[in-house]
Amino acid sequence: MASSNEMTGAEIVIKALIDQGVDVIFGYPGGAVLPLYDALFEHNAIRHILVRHEQAAVHAAEGYARSTGKPGVVLVTSGPGATNAVTGLTDALMDSVPIVCLTGQVATHLIGSDAFQEADTVGITRACTKHNWLVKDVNDLARSMHEAFIVATGGRPGPVVVDLPKDVQLAKGLYLEPMRVQHKTYRPKLKGDLASIREAVEMIAAAKRPLFYTGGGVINSGPGAVQLLTDFVRMTGYPITSTLMGLGAYPASDKQFLGMVGMHGKVETNYAMHDCDLMINVGARFDDRVTGRLDAFSPGSKKIHIDIDPSSINKIVPIDVPIIGDVGHVLEDMIKVWKSKVHRPDADALEKWWSQIKEWRAIDSLKYEQADDVIKPQYAIQRLYELTKDRDVYITTEVGQHQMWAAQHYGFDKPNHWLTSGGLGTMGYGLPAAIGVQVAHPDALVIDIAGEASIQMNIQELSTAMQHRLPVKLFIINNRYMGMVRQWQELMHGGRYSETYSEALPDFVKLAEAFGATGLRVEKPGDVDDVIKKMLAAEGPVIVDVVVDQLENCFPMMPSGAAHNEMVLSAEDKAIEVSAEAAALL
Amino acid sequence: MALTREHGVSDVEDVRKHTISILVDDETGVLARVAGLFSGRGYNIESLTVAQVDAKNKLSRITIVALGTPMVIEQIKAQANRLVPVHDVVDLTVDGPAVEREMALVKTVASGEKRVESLRIADIFRARAVDSSHNSFIFEITGSTDKIDSFIDLMRPLGLTEISRTGVVAMVRGTKPT
Repeated sequence: MASSNEMTGAEIVIKALIDQGVDVIFGYPGGAVLPLYDALFEHNAIRHILVRHEQAAVHAAEGYARSTGKPGVVLVTSGPGATNAVTGLTDALMDSVPIVCLTGQVATHLIGSDAFQEADTVGITRACTKHNWLVKDVNDLARSMHEAFIVATGGRPGPVVVDLPKDVQLAKGLYLEPMRVQHKTYRPKLKGDLASIREAVEMIAAAKRPLFYTGGGVINSGPGAVQLLTDFVRMTGYPITSTLMGLGAYPASDKQFLGMVGMHGKVETNYAMHDCDLMINVGARFDDRVTGRLDAFSPGSKKIHIDIDPSSINKIVPIDVPIIGDVGHVLEDMIKVWKSKVHRPDADALEKWWSQIKEWRAIDSLKYEQADDVIKPQYAIQRLYELTKDRDVYITTEVGQHQMWAAQHYGFDKPNHWLTSGGLGTMGYGLPAAIGVQVAHPDALVIDIAGEASIQMNIQELSTAMQHRLPVKLFIINNRYMGMVRQWQELMHGGRYSETYSEALPDFVKLAEAFGATGLRVEKPGDVDDVIKKMLAAEGPVIVDVVVDQLENCFPMMPSGAAHNEMVLSAEDKAIEVSAEAAALL
Repeated sequence: MALTREHGVSDVEDVRKHTISILVDDETGVLARVAGLFSGRGYNIESLTVAQVDAKNKLSRITIVALGTPMVIEQIKAQANRLVPVHDVVDLTVDGPAVEREMALVKTVASGEKRVESLRIADIFRARAVDSSHNSFIFEITGSTDKIDSFIDLMRPLGLTEISRTGVVAMVRGTKPT
């Protein structure tokens, strides 16, 4: 009867992707996905980006997703293809990035027999996905595909896996259109409870030392939420801080923005966090890198928490007024309530609060001294910011000191332009993520601010960038150490630099050239501007090897197990004494 | 099993036992999802039972007895609710009162006075002998966890050799659905 809707499993998958609006997938072929690649071969609607390692496929999809707001799609084979994707999936889960990962699987009659390239993919990925499906019947395939998109993008976004046995890809079955698929149970709550919103607005109006604490949830909620946040913060005149993941949701150049909060947050931000009397958490999750020591975390404040994920509420910090819902929906209602009652903040109290913050600001906790001989990493990033800020620029990072310096010294005025591995802290994230961004934004300037250690974790992807003509720029802050680990060894382990020296480094200029890219090196502070300009002028991918001060530390720092008012401003500031209990913290 | 999850704010204080009823889609891996949630996040399960309860709609009920502070129990409920195949999570300890029952099979191997005494105690506890040989019994006993614990304690000196327990199943009292 519905014979026109009958097609092979592989065709169903491709049709579902097209109907879901997918225009690009990141993948790597193999035996168990051959029928899918065959179907892909016959379709021009979907562009396939061939990566060099499956982990990179997921990070690239993350880059695509976070810079566009659309889900990123990954296609990998069974066994090692799937297990290689696990780090990327976990990264996407921690940072709430919508990813649909399709994995090949051995034929259904071989499952459980230890067949060639067989792995229990749904078992392995259960803990690193929002949900996963093993599709054993081709007639369940269309539904599972559409449900995968519903779950990945709905509520708090995250990665999902659809495991596709080879015989199911080859079998014929019926296709279902997306609008005919509704998920049985999955209904995230978008609107916040109005009574709680009213209560929150009363508290916001009455606060003497308020602080907005915003996170990645604002960006995930979309451009509408970002605008509403800006509107509401300006209406109140209150100070605002952001987590690492939330940078760009509120313009960094705005005077109400205090800077990033947390372990490497600015002094004024962390002190304000500690001393505020009302904390308005918008889409952040009280990560341990933000809170520091919990029993000393913002002891005098009432806390409002807006989050779409009910399990984020009271998970770590007890909340006075929880509001479960989508940030955009909740802020819209908050603003309505705020306007309807003609709320006016306490001007005297607010002025006192701001003058206190200004005093803290005067400490200038990000300051560093740039001498003539050696490049300071902060200086390199600051110059990069100054010379690129007027362009449409996307910044990705790897993980470590360079990541924190980038967060501190590069100003983000727009959302979706800053991509970093926050939750999982995945070294090797930045280059593939940059590739994903560049695929989505071919004309934009995409820079991976990297470290010399991290970049080696997925350097093979330079080949992907070359193949697909993606002119990503790698700006390597090269201090010849795994700098953040070395910093902790210096500050907390008596300067015993166990295994943190970057021995036997490649010559990054020659490495770039070996891939067919442009390689540049800079060693003197006076040449930094020049090399950045050369990088910007070069057409294809570029590696810039920025040789920086080897022993520079990232300050200010709130050591783990310390409180917000126990920041360390410099190595000379005070010896960091760490209790056994705190040393056990990460 | 370890007793509590380390929690920054609320420490070891106020750890209670909660009976949580979770209605889930009866699909492959759903038990692993729920069990994995507990092991992955370091929560404590005292008992877990699962079986299909609605064949037509393919629903199963998982009953979990968990230990935790109010904050941990709230997390357990929120995290369970986050799982995609979960329809409903009810904390029967809070939303009760509820009937909670467990069944056990208890084998004793003994003769003479011990054998007679085990029968007498079984009678007091309304346990039934469901298998018998010249020198053994299997008793079936149903009741609260406490009742089964005491029955087992009493059987220990009377030749107890083996125990098999179901774990707790539970339901809200009265007309209200669980």
